[in-house]
Amino acid sequence: MENYVFDGSFEGLLCAVFNWFERRPGQVKLQTEAVFQPDAFVPCLHIVNEREKADRVWKGLQASLSKATLRKFYCTYLSELEEGYTALFEFACYLFIEGAAIENNYGNAYVLALSKIAKKVEREKHRMEAFIRFQHNADGIYYCGIDPDFNVLPLIATHFKNRYADQQWIIYDLKRDYGLFYDLSKVEEINIDFNQWQKTTGIASAIVSEKEGLYALLWKDYFKSTNIQARKNTKLHVQHVPKRYWKYLTEKQFKQD
Amino acid sequence: MSERLREKLNILADAAKYDVSCSSSGGNRKNDNKGLGNSHASGICHTYTEDGRCVSLLKILLTNHCIFDCAYCVSRKSNDITRAAFTVEEVVELTMNFYRRNYIEGLFLSSGIFKNADFTMERLLRIVKKLRLEERFNGYIHLKTIPGASEELIREAGMYADRMSINLEMPTESGLKLLAPEKTHQQVTQPLGFIKNQIVQFKEERKLIKSTPKFVSAGQSTQMVIGATPETDQEIMQTAALFYKDFSLKRVYYSGYIPISYDNRLPMIGSQPPLIRENRLYQTDWLMRFYGFHVNELLNDANPHLDIDIDPKLSWALRNLQHFPVDINVAAYKVILRIPGIGVTSAKKIVQARKFGKLRIDQLKKIGVAYNRAKYFIKCADSPYQLKDYQGSQIKSFIQAESQSKYLKYDTSQLILF
Repeated sequence: MENYVFDGSFEGLLCAVFNWFERRPGQVKLQTEAVFQPDAFVPCLHIVNEREKADRVWKGLQASLSKATLRKFYCTYLSELEEGYTALFEFACYLFIEGAAIENNYGNAYVLALSKIAKKVEREKHRMEAFIRFQHNADGIYYCGIDPDFNVLPLIATHFKNRYADQQWIIYDLKRDYGLFYDLSKVEEINIDFNQWQKTTGIASAIVSEKEGLYALLWKDYFKSTNIQARKNTKLHVQHVPKRYWKYLTEKQFKQD
Repeated sequence: MSERLREKLNILADAAKYDVSCSSSGGNRKNDNKGLGNSHASGICHTYTEDGRCVSLLKILLTNHCIFDCAYCVSRKSNDITRAAFTVEEVVELTMNFYRRNYIEGLFLSSGIFKNADFTMERLLRIVKKLRLEERFNGYIHLKTIPGASEELIREAGMYADRMSINLEMPTESGLKLLAPEKTHQQVTQPLGFIKNQIVQFKEERKLIKSTPKFVSAGQSTQMVIGATPETDQEIMQTAALFYKDFSLKRVYYSGYIPISYDNRLPMIGSQPPLIRENRLYQTDWLMRFYGFHVNELLNDANPHLDIDIDPKLSWALRNLQHFPVDINVAAYKVILRIPGIGVTSAKKIVQARKFGKLRIDQLKKIGVAYNRAKYFIKCADSPYQLKDYQGSQIKSFIQAESQSKYLKYDTSQLILF
């Protein structure tokens, strides 16, 4: 048994796989620096990131996996879960040892883990596509702040770019402190200094556009009048719209009324 | 000005909420004109009402003025309610501004009938044309066809809408006659047939000439009100099956009747809508569309009603124990799909995974099979040897004892209304 410690980057993860095949140390435990606790009796190896090695592993994965599985691989990485990193590492080792199409062997714990974690991430991605509520700012930009459980910004960029091609928008991940800005031609990663901006999911009412209040109000009205009292089913409602997302949702904010 | 708009929205959203179609899927309109919107192939639900229904589209009536007097409808002529009508501009502004804020996937536009069918249809057409041509809107548009509107108007509307629908209202002609004497099923089948033929024709032309525009690319749907008239589940699903077949519908929706009128032909105000029955009908619909069941297997003269306490797939399996147990390590995909407790996703995973070796119970559980339900109907690598052949009724009671159905706590029989 040996501990492998990497920096949490995608490159680092791929390098760990490369390293394992270089050294063949038997059973290893992969962890990120963030959670790693040194153990006096277990040897430990800090993975050094090398672009070339990472590229070789990535090419190897691309050559032997279907597009769908590659996407699962990437999504699992974006989960930022320790067990996700372990699953990816073990999955990649298993794949290169077998050297055959094992990607659909759902009887294997790591193949299944990949598929399950990726599904969680995809669900979060889909929910962000649904639950993002832009506010139209006085400067003409549509803004939304989010703090998703998983790092889904890379997954939703294209969706919003295709959809809102004729308006400028910002989607900002407040938890990870980076965002996407679309300037009518391309999407860029940005960092905002929130010492000047109020760090809330909503932004100060002074900077929203003139019509913003009206449409937010109309949307809340619509949400209420489309409900059918006789069919009230709070359990189902909360199941579909978990409470942790309510802070994103205009229709769930009642203070202004 | 904005107060009046709020009032209109409240009235006309309230009146439209009984249309249950909420789908925004199946469209394939691409944002290639640098405009607003791009239809997502699988559709997106942007929120859910407090009754748990999905909100995907801005679902409104253009007006709730109506020349008809159908007993089941809130907007019927004889109902004493506040009336309102949107202008073309108002609908367009609302749609664009809601879409820009990512509140909705698009517009579902229906209408009461003012003056006559063509007058109303022409207004609906003006709205979709303005959205598509002036505002460069590529979001989803579901347009209600107005019964009796002329074919030219319907045809033109189909060039701009993603989906069109027209409601059957009641599952049988006799039911419809009882509650809406002015309407017939023929008024619905005629435009359904017309649109279906147009869809086929446009597709043929597209094969030859690439630039042929798309026509109702997300297909057609319809809706039936359930529980207002005394049809059996068999009659309802047979009507649905027939419409799927004859008009290639994408969806049939079943809407449990919510009493809104003191008319003595209808269930009393305050009586509970038949939610469980509605749910069972949707399950049956799914079994027909995705699980390869024929309607007669699920509902027939011997079983004209769906069981309320168990789902239709389990119910079918218990009546047909001769097909079980199924060996999941060798059986065909289609056979596996028919096992209670196994859905489409698990069935596909089983077929993939068994290539790598015989599957065991623990693997099935991890794949996502509802094993406590499926175990009575399957054999796998380590199935325990069983001496006894259980009766269907025994299996049913075992499963019910183990499951925590949300329905068990309710009274299990539906009220008889007539």
